[in-house]
Amino acid sequence: MASGLLILPQEQIERLLASYGRAVARRRRQFYLVLIALALLAAVAGRYGEVDPAYLVQHFSNFTSYFGRILPRLSYEHFAADVADWYWNLSAWLKLLVDTILIAYLATLIGIVGAFTTAFLTAQNTGPSRTLRFAVKRFHEFCRTVPDIVFALLFVAAFGLGPLPGILAIGIHSLGALGKLFTEVVENIDMQPVEGVRSAGGNFVETVRFAVVPQVLANFASYALLRFEINVRSGTVIGIVGAGGIGQDLFVAIRKFYYTDVSAILLMIIVTVALLDLITERVRHRLARLESIR
Amino acid sequence: MTTRRTYLTPSPAVLARYPAVAAAARRYQTWAAMWLTAGLAFTVFSLWWLDIAFGELGIGLVQLGKLVALMFPPTPGAHLALLLHAMGETLAIAFLGTLAAAVLAFPIGFIAASNTAPGALVRFLTRRGLDTIRGVDVLIWALVFVGVVGLGPFAGILAIAVSDAGTFGKLFSETLETADRKPVEGIVSAGGTKLQAIRFALVPQVLPVIISQVLYYFESNVRSATIIGLVGAGGIGLQLSEQIRTYDFDQVAFVIIMILATVAAIDWICGKLRFYAIGRSTAPTA
Repeated sequence: MASGLLILPQEQIERLLASYGRAVARRRRQFYLVLIALALLAAVAGRYGEVDPAYLVQHFSNFTSYFGRILPRLSYEHFAADVADWYWNLSAWLKLLVDTILIAYLATLIGIVGAFTTAFLTAQNTGPSRTLRFAVKRFHEFCRTVPDIVFALLFVAAFGLGPLPGILAIGIHSLGALGKLFTEVVENIDMQPVEGVRSAGGNFVETVRFAVVPQVLANFASYALLRFEINVRSGTVIGIVGAGGIGQDLFVAIRKFYYTDVSAILLMIIVTVALLDLITERVRHRLARLESIR
Repeated sequence: MTTRRTYLTPSPAVLARYPAVAAAARRYQTWAAMWLTAGLAFTVFSLWWLDIAFGELGIGLVQLGKLVALMFPPTPGAHLALLLHAMGETLAIAFLGTLAAAVLAFPIGFIAASNTAPGALVRFLTRRGLDTIRGVDVLIWALVFVGVVGLGPFAGILAIAVSDAGTFGKLFSETLETADRKPVEGIVSAGGTKLQAIRFALVPQVLPVIISQVLYYFESNVRSATIIGLVGAGGIGLQLSEQIRTYDFDQVAFVIIMILATVAAIDWICGKLRFYAIGRSTAPTA
């Protein structure tokens, strides 16, 4: 059986085994060091975070019974009546859900318009000036690093309650995020059309319009749709700070322990988000195909 | 100027010579105009439905300008120690939340991946469960956990842990699915069990990617942890919302700068760690 195998002399085998053992031992040592470091960090963080596993174990039944309590009582005999009872406020919630989607739409639009007008300035290959490029890039960074709900809080203080502060808050955050993505798309274009338009005497606007935009439009649309998905999710929570959408009602339902309302609204949100994801994913796949054909 | 125009937009004579090109261009223009009109109409409808008045916008912008003016100069007020402690709490929430989520999601990833799942039905149910968890925003999870364990950072940790376990479960399972099958076959043909195949063939392949994903989400969770304080789940968010409520905008500005600086520092550190873990940057797209 083993006749074809090369059998090494004993001392060579031992040497190889020893070096293998050393390599494994080194990796093990590294692994345990990382583990110890993580444990130490976790202990420190646990003190800061007031972690109390005993409390969690003790009150874990709270958690499970919470989900028991928010579920509606549905019986087989009068199923329709029970569902109607569960969704007693359906028309108001539907309106708020439409509000949420429209807030996300308008916010995405702000993001698209803002990012579209600035991405050509920040891209390395089309940006007309270095200082401008640097300044606009920092502006994008600022817009996307401040959480949208913080913007929402500020804008509620300035504009008052309602959907307007929510739209602006999510819109500014989208501007920052899309600005970065759009810039990267522009930086990855084929430069030959740009050279063509420039050599024909085109100025900045003409170069962008005739050489860059046709190349990037499909990718821009794809990223914008992805952003729309994210914004619908944000739209469901900005109501917590009073910036419109269904979050307000959900917040009240959770805070005031209207248990079945919580599950009713959550189910509506989850289904809507899943449906919109499905639709936009299909469109994005079509756009990707369009992109690969071109 | 005029000569430039003649180069960039085709003259009628050129269009007449290539009727097919002209027709395609016209079709494209009508198509674009249609979409733009539809988008515009929908925008107008949205503005009408949400009852947004542009007068409001002007008044609000003036008000916002006043608030921004109040922000200068940013100052911690008399609460520097408190704010630093809150920021530490925020980092603790993000760290423990991410760690717990990763530990929870690691086995779930194997159950949800098509090449390691114990059964199609189990896999399907796990995936739908993960989808549901991800459909609920972390802020809502925080609200729920405040109801379960009371106000404080512990609720925030649990919220991030559960919410990100949903995300990690999906990411880990996708990573497992794209892993190379050949090492697994090697182990199995050498007489290894399924568990040994996972331990010696799959885990070494996916671990660097998983570490990179976890680091990436730690960065994003530092951002999330700054806001869950708004609903009472600990961290700097609580201070922020209090200051906005009491119109201490110079302190608001200080807290925002603090958040930006911390996020930048964490991003930098995670970038280094990621480089150390896998030698190149592979942030997940999406």
